[in-house]
Order: sequence, then structure tokens, then C-alpha cells
Amino acid sequence: MKLLPSAVPRLHLLAQIATAFSLAFSGLALAQEPIKIAFIDPQSGVFAATGESGFMVLDFAADYFYNDKGGVLGGRKFEVTALDNKSSAAESQLQLRRAISEGTQIVFSGNGSAVASALSTAIERHNRRNPDSQVLFINYAAVDPILTGADCNFWHFRFDAHSDMKMEVMTSHIAKNPAITKVYIIGQDYSFGKAVGDAAISMLAAKRPDIEIVGNELHPIGQVKDFTPYITKIVSSGANAVITGNWGADMVALGRGIMDAGLEVPIYTFYAAYDGITATLGEAGKDQIYVVHNDFANPVTAPLRLEFTAAYEAKNPHQDITQPRIVNALMMLATAIEKAGSAEPYDIAIAMEDMRITTMTGEELWMRRDDHQAFQNLNISVHTNEGINIDTDNSGFALRTEFVVPRDETITQSSCRMTRPQQ
Amino acid sequence: MGKLTIWIVFAAVLLVLPQIFDSVLSLSIFTQMTIAIIFALSYNMLLGQGGMLSFGHAVYFGLGGFLAVHAMMMIEFETLSFSITLIPLVGGVFGLLAALFIGSFSTHKAGTVFAMISLGIGELVAASSLILVSFFGGEAGVSGDRTFGPPFFGIDFAQDDHVYYLAAAWMFFAVLCMYLFTQTPAGRMANAVRDNPERAEFIGYSARRVRFISFAMAGFFAGIAGGIFAVNYEILTEENLNAATSGRVLLMAYIGGLGFFIGPVVGAVVLTLINSLLSNYTDLWMLYLGILFLLTVMFLPRGLTGLLMMHRVAWQLGRMRLLLLPYTLTAIPGAVFILGMIAMIEMSHAEDAEFVYLGLALAPAGYGSWALLLSVTAVAFFILRRTLPRLHEAWAEANTLPRLQGHKDGRP
Amino acid sequence: MIEVLIFATLNGLVTGLLLFMLASGLTLIFSMMGVLNFAHASFYMLGAYFAYSISLYTGFWPALIIAPLLVGVVGALVERYGLRRVHKSGHVAELVFTFGLAFLIEEAVQLFWGRSTINYESPTLLDFPLFTLFGQNFPVYKAFMIFISVSIFIGLYFVLTRTRIGIIIQAAITHPNTVANLGHNVPFIFMAVFGVGSGLAGLAGVIAGPVLTTFPGMATVLGSIVFVIVVIGGLGSLAGALVASLLIGLLQSYAIASDVGMQDLLDLLGVSFAADHPLNDIWRLTLPQIAPIMPFLLLVLVLIFRPSGLLGKREG
Repeated sequence: MKLLPSAVPRLHLLAQIATAFSLAFSGLALAQEPIKIAFIDPQSGVFAATGESGFMVLDFAADYFYNDKGGVLGGRKFEVTALDNKSSAAESQLQLRRAISEGTQIVFSGNGSAVASALSTAIERHNRRNPDSQVLFINYAAVDPILTGADCNFWHFRFDAHSDMKMEVMTSHIAKNPAITKVYIIGQDYSFGKAVGDAAISMLAAKRPDIEIVGNELHPIGQVKDFTPYITKIVSSGANAVITGNWGADMVALGRGIMDAGLEVPIYTFYAAYDGITATLGEAGKDQIYVVHNDFANPVTAPLRLEFTAAYEAKNPHQDITQPRIVNALMMLATAIEKAGSAEPYDIAIAMEDMRITTMTGEELWMRRDDHQAFQNLNISVHTNEGINIDTDNSGFALRTEFVVPRDETITQSSCRMTRPQQ
Repeated sequence: MGKLTIWIVFAAVLLVLPQIFDSVLSLSIFTQMTIAIIFALSYNMLLGQGGMLSFGHAVYFGLGGFLAVHAMMMIEFETLSFSITLIPLVGGVFGLLAALFIGSFSTHKAGTVFAMISLGIGELVAASSLILVSFFGGEAGVSGDRTFGPPFFGIDFAQDDHVYYLAAAWMFFAVLCMYLFTQTPAGRMANAVRDNPERAEFIGYSARRVRFISFAMAGFFAGIAGGIFAVNYEILTEENLNAATSGRVLLMAYIGGLGFFIGPVVGAVVLTLINSLLSNYTDLWMLYLGILFLLTVMFLPRGLTGLLMMHRVAWQLGRMRLLLLPYTLTAIPGAVFILGMIAMIEMSHAEDAEFVYLGLALAPAGYGSWALLLSVTAVAFFILRRTLPRLHEAWAEANTLPRLQGHKDGRP
Repeated sequence: MIEVLIFATLNGLVTGLLLFMLASGLTLIFSMMGVLNFAHASFYMLGAYFAYSISLYTGFWPALIIAPLLVGVVGALVERYGLRRVHKSGHVAELVFTFGLAFLIEEAVQLFWGRSTINYESPTLLDFPLFTLFGQNFPVYKAFMIFISVSIFIGLYFVLTRTRIGIIIQAAITHPNTVANLGHNVPFIFMAVFGVGSGLAGLAGVIAGPVLTTFPGMATVLGSIVFVIVVIGGLGSLAGALVASLLIGLLQSYAIASDVGMQDLLDLLGVSFAADHPLNDIWRLTLPQIAPIMPFLLLVLVLIFRPSGLLGKREG
């Protein structure tokens, strides 16, 4: 045990020498130093498929649009690392600390509002407690309205429409269809499922008071073996449309159950595509599943989007670009870095506020300053195999956009009271 | 080395560790380890020392943690005022209360009945936590802020190293208490009841009561671990009390070794490292963890600590050097074999056309790389089959006194 | 309302009988070897995945035969080379072994078949409604599921009560040592029972996969419920397993179909709470919401008040 007292200073000395060397060289290397992006999302476990495909798109887009063309800020390249948060709030914090200790200042995340909300809080606290190593949070998918509402903060930017915005679009589409008179709402028993139900009820009541809500059911998340009992209730309620916020296996099982029972009513959803779901719904779900989403689906005509998709699928034949908004987020980030002339989170954040960029599809995307919520056109698309030019899961099926709500009509009131840090 | 020396060294290591590895990441891994160590040791009070197999130990960890977060929130909103350093105790007290309540009916029997009740309670509590949103916060959980409350000697625990020292101090205290508990009559009786409840009853102890005491203590320490978790992460969610967390603590205790006090500590350290480091190199880390776990159960029933402790006899006989060469001879082909297997698993999973492994560029699509890996692995396996018997012989020799045959203390 | 009742009963039957196919194997294994096999539902999942892969080449019907056989062989191998080795370290080690095995099988399935839901479909031959009642179809495939499960029950019952091997197995359940002393090869019987039990679980997976969706989490969803059934029904009691399976299947089905909740109970009692009452989560609970946790509630209650289970004769 005599070893310890002498070994510690020696190790310390080593560390100091290393630091001194790296400092000496950093002045030289700064221009070429990469801009590190940590992609904190599930890379293992049941939800890994979404996280993996998201990472592949971001990594590919960083190379395709920037690194291969010489990077940003005169030669700095993006370096994207996937960090596995195992869909857990605590793991996300661990990975955040890992990213910070590796000098990363930009975090992408989005799968699961609970995780995103934990990360958002953790990043806000970290930045407050450690002003010398701040972090920027790019949320590309978590849709709980609270993230840009009551719990908003300066470091968080959301590139997906939140669930209330999507529900506005969905209910508008339903309201336009006079054949729909009875709506059944079913969702997973947690905050998002409940929020979807509450929003649907209040918005339908405002738009079409004659529509009757014939059911508002919550089922345990990920626990239901067989949806048939629920479907019996839907059938006997006489509903002629179903609204659900379900995702993952719960979405597939619900959709298949409705089809097996021979119930031919439209199903309005948020997450009924990609990662095997499209292939599984297949022929049975044709023209029956409606999905609300941003970034136009089929038929794609924008040349940039087509080129990008072709290049991506040439490299990854078994993958789809499941979430084009990841590319939108990266584009706005790069534009903001160039505009600010800096890759410091605070400067990027200031630059992104009120920024407008043109996406791959050619539409304009606007980042509102008040709450850091992005706005762009919202679409309602139907699951089909006709009139599409980019299919999903190599199944011949994909989403085809039926109904587009222009950006300005999707804008909702901001309820965020942001406290801006003083720099 | 006396017992006191061990404790002093333990404390010194805890103090010095963050000075050597001082990155944000290593600090947070150390804090995670302290939590895992307390939790795994508390689990061993049930399974290792008391013979109660629980599939729902996360309930006490989680309930303690949730109450701790609520206490932090009360401090933040000034309903309560005490130092954040006492938050782990809040967790412990509520872990204890939960264990007292549930233990009052679940410890009547040991064995399968106990295991099944713990499973049922675990599922019930986890499911209720998603339903009772006002207390558990639903899927998003509840979060607090540790920096409020009266500062502790000027420290407000905003920085991670402050939290580490707080966690390490509590861990030291908890480990010491749990160790001392094993030395008390109650701790000794727990072992007796585990081994033979009838005899324990005959000498006048109520097996049920002894189990109940162990159970309550285990709940208390699990709650402390939950409280430290609350301070460190400032958030608790459903996953902290669900079956997966209960399963993980079982894994830690078992891989570490149930029969030794230090076993769960080893398990907690190893699993935390695997969990936080391995997952960066491969997304199949859970698969490797599963394989490691199965191999441990099959070949090392006494866990990793058991593997180390097997060498005690040879060490005391001063014959460790007899094992040196056979170990090296086995370790080299063994390592090649394992690395070859891993390479094949990873390659079958690889998406890209090229796959770089240990600096070696492999092509998953072609037959060449597969043939190379297969042959290397097969050769290593063949050599391994030759060297293992020699290791066996050396083992027998190292564990035998000179000219005193037939004294064997297990085999590798 | 009547159609909800009818369909709830039918659904409960389908689920209950499916659960029975899993529980029957598990209860045999449990009562003979004292092993609560945590990996049992994993064999069910393997059945579905094997059948999916086989059906890609041969179609559904050969897969219906081959997949369960394969799963049975896997099960027998696990017993022979895994469990038997662990057996000498005691029951806890065995249980922990199956626990790890379940974990490993789930990871392996993800390695080979990916993490997404796979498109495993019922055969087109059975893809039509058997009858339509009040506008809702009852697929013929579900009738087929009932038919298979009932045949399995009758078959097992016949084998266990009318054949020599069945009598040996029954004897081994209650008096394993005596059976060994009589010269029977008990390790072989163990392996066979484990294989057959796993095969039954595999068969359940083959027929349930198309209806309940085939994804890597399907074992976890069902795993602990099967445990609950075996314990509630009583260890070593095939009849108990049947009763408990049907009980849980119907209970869940009726609970989901119902529309009552705490609110109705409170109305009945004339009690009401303010809209911002802190315990509103409880006062607003509905029966469908808690349907999936009812088995666990039942489990805890049964274990406290009748540890030997509904029809069991001995304790674990």
C-alpha cells in the first residue's frame, strides 16, 4: 500500500504534461477541430430501430451536405457519435456527461418525451451550473407540448411539430369529412396518450360539435397481448373513425386487430409508418391508415430530396430516411454556425432564434424565438402502394400525402416564458 | 492485513479515486457505482444471507428514491428545510417503511412462495406507478433540484464531485452498517434460517421473524441507494422500480458471488463498467452480458469472487507460481477464441460493406473473412482443448500440500 | 351490450386457452423439476420466429409442425447441457439460469431477426371470417386456435392418465425419488418433459404469432402472466392450470369490455371529490385500465391466503 502516495502525484504530473501539450497544439488545430455532435438515443433494446436509423441519417447527412464539401466555418467538420441512452432518463444523463467530458457541445435526441424532458432539464441545469462548458439541445422528435410550453428553456430547440399542432391538423381533416360522425379515441395509458385524447376531444368539439365521441379508452403501454377486446368495444360503439397516439408494437397490434375484425374505418395516427410497421400493415391497411407528420411524403418531386434519398439508400439498402426533420435540424444548425461565426452553444442558439431556412423539399422552416418551436407545413398522408415513388421497408407501401396545411395555419400561441441566460 | 486496515484502505480509495480519474464521465460512473454497490449489497442481505430470492427488490429502491425526490421538491418550495446531505436517509426511511408493510405478509414463507409474491408486488407497484400520476409523475417521472436547501459547509452540490463525495460517504456508512449487521446475532440467525429453518426454530428463533428483520433492513439500504440516486440524477421514473431494475440487481449480486460479503460489490463494479463502457463499443452489449451471466451461473456458481477465492489455498501454500504458466498458456488461446467468436457475432450484425475489428478490415459480404475467422477460432479452440487438462493438473498440484495427496479445493 | 358480452367471452376463451398451452408445459416442468422456468415464454417467442422463417420457404402448414419440434429440441438441449449442470448448485441457481436464458434468447432473437415487428401472417386458407355478428367478424383463425388448444388439452390429459409414460410422469411429480428408485431414468424423463413443455410453448407461439404480432418483446409481455397462472392454479395441477388460464383470460377480457370504474362506485355511494383532489388518479380509475395488473393482484392474494394455489396439493 506504499504505492499509492507516490503514484498519485506521478499520474497527476503525466496528466498535466498531456494537458500542456494539448493546449500548445490547440491553437494550431482550432481551425480544423471537429464540431462534435452527440446523438443520444436508444441504440440497443426494443426501441433501437428508431434510434439507429436516426443516427444513420444524421451521420450520412453531415457527410453529404457539409463534411464532403469542406465543412463549416472554413474547414471544421461535423463529427457525429451515437450514444446509447437505452430509452432511459438516467442513462441519458450518464451519456450527456460522457458527451460533455469528450468536449461535445451539441446534443441531438428525441425518442420519447420523458427522456427528452429529462435531458432538457439536465442540460439547462448543467449550463447554469457550468457556464464554461455549455450544451445545446436539438430535439428532433419528442412531441410533448410542455417542452416548448411550461418547461421550455433557452437551450432546447424542437424541430418536430408538437402533438397539439398535429392534433389541430388531424381534427381539421376529420372535420372536413361529413361521413365521420362518431369518433373512438384509444391510447396508451401515459402522459402522451392522455394528451392526445384530451386534445382530440376539445378540438373536435370546437370544429364539429355534431361529432360524437363514442369512446375514450386508455390501455396500459406495451402490456396488451391482444387488442381484440378493445376492438369489440370500438365495433359496438358504431364508430366511423378511430384516433390513436399509439406507437411501436402497440400501434401494429391495434391496426392489425382493427383490420382482422373487418372494421373498415379510417385510423388517424401519429406513428404508423417505418421500422417494420409499414411492411407489417401491408395490404390490409391500405387506404385506412392516416398519419400526421411534417416533411412532405410521397410523391416526392423535390430534386434535392430525391438525390439525397438515392445516395442514402445506395449506401444503406435496407434503410429508409425515416425522419427528414433530422436533416432540417442539421441544416439550420450549420446555417446558424456560419451566421454566428462560432460553434459555441450560446452563439448558435442566438443565431437560430427567428431563423428561416429552406428544407430539402423546398419549403420554408421557421424557428420561433419565443419558445424555440419550429414551424413548417404539416401533412396528412395515407398508407398505400399507389402514387408513391419512395417506398418504405422495401415493401412497396409508403405514405402518400393527401392534405397539406400551410405553415402559417399551424402556428399556435406560445405559452413559454423563457429566461435567457446573461453572457 | 487487519480488518481495520481494510476499511481504512477502502475509505482512502474512495477519497483518492476522483483525483486520479477526474473527468466528468468517470465521476459520474463512480457515483453510479456507489449506488449500485449499496443496492447490490442490500439485495444480498435477502438472497445471499437470508436465502430469500426476490424479483421485486427495485420496489424499495424506487419508493425510497421517489420519496427522496419529493423531499427535494419540498426543500425547493420551502415546505421543509434540511440539508440535502440527509436526503439518502429520507429514501432509507421510506424504503424501510415499505419493506415493513410488504414484509409483514410476504416473509411468512421463503422459497418459491416468497419469490412469487415479490414478483407480483413488483409488477403491481410498477404498474401503479404509471397509473398514479400525481405521485409518480407517470412515464416522465418526477424531478427535483438538489441545489436548494441550506448549504453544507458552503457546498451547494451543484458540481458532480460534491455529489460523488456525498454518495461515497453514504456508501461507506451503508457498507459498514451492512457488514456490522452480518456480525450481529440477527445477521447470524439470518444465515441459520437460510440454511435450515427447522433447526433455527428448534433453538427458539422464529424463522419468520428473522426473515422479516433481514427483509426490513434490505429495504432500508435499498431505499438509501434510491435516495442517493435521487440526489445524483435529480429524477426518478418508472424504470427505477420495475422488473428490469429488479433483474439487474439480481444479476449484479449473482455475477459477483452470493456467498461472500464482497461479492455483490465486485458484481456492482463490473456490471456498472459493462453497462457504461461496453455499450459504447457495441450495441450488442446486452447479448454479451446475457452470455456472461449464463456462463457465470453454469461454471462459476460462486461468482467472480468465488473464482478469486478459489485461489486462497494455493496462495496460502505459496504455490501460485505453479499456476502462472498454465494460466498464460490457456489465456492466450482462450482470448483468441473469445475474440474470434465476438468478431463473428459482430460481423453477422454489421450493416456496412466493410467492418473494422481490432484494426483488422473485414468484409462481411465475402467468404474470405468468414473463413479466416472460423479457422482462427477453430485453431484456438483446438489448442484450448489441449491446454485445459494441463491447467487442471497444475491446479490439483498447486492445491495439494507436498506429499499429501487427495486434498482438493474445487476445480477451475 | 350483448355483442360485447359474447365477443368478450370468445376473446377470453381464445386468450385463456392460449395461456393454457404455455402454462401446461410450465406446470409439468415446475412440478417435476421444481424449476420455475423463466425462459418458458421465450420458447413461445422462438416458436413464432421459427415458424415465420420456415413459413417463408414452405408456407404455414409445415411450419406448424416443424417449428414446435425445433423449439422442443432446443428446449431439450437447454435442459441437457445447461440446466442439468446448474442443478447441483440448487434451485436458486436453476431459477437464475432460466432468468438469464430468457434475457439471452430475447437478445439473440434481436440479433437474428432484428428489433422491429416482423410480418408473420396467418395462412390465407384461414383468412376469412367464421361468422359475423352485429357487424363484427370472428376470424376462422381464432376458431382454429381454440381447436388446437383444446386438442392439446385432451391429448395431454389422455397421455398423462391413460399411458404408461404418463403414469411415470405423474408419479415423478409427486414422488421423484421413488420413481428413480424404481429404476426409471429420471434425468431422461426430465429432459423429455422439458423438451415437450418447450415444444408446447413453441406451438403456442406458432399459432399466436400472427394474431398477437411477432416482436422481440412478445415473451416479456406474456412471461410473468404464465407464471401467475401456474402458481394460482396450483403446482403440479394440470386442471388447476386450465382453470386459472381460463379465469385470467376471461377476467381480463371482461374487465376490458366493461365500462365501469371508481367513478361509478363513488356515484353509487353518493361520494364525490373535488376536481383537484390529490388522489384523483385513484378516484378516476376504470376497470379496463387496471385489467392487465389484475392477475398480479390475484397472485398476491392467492399466495397470502392459499399458498398451495386453487387446485394444488403442495406448496413450492
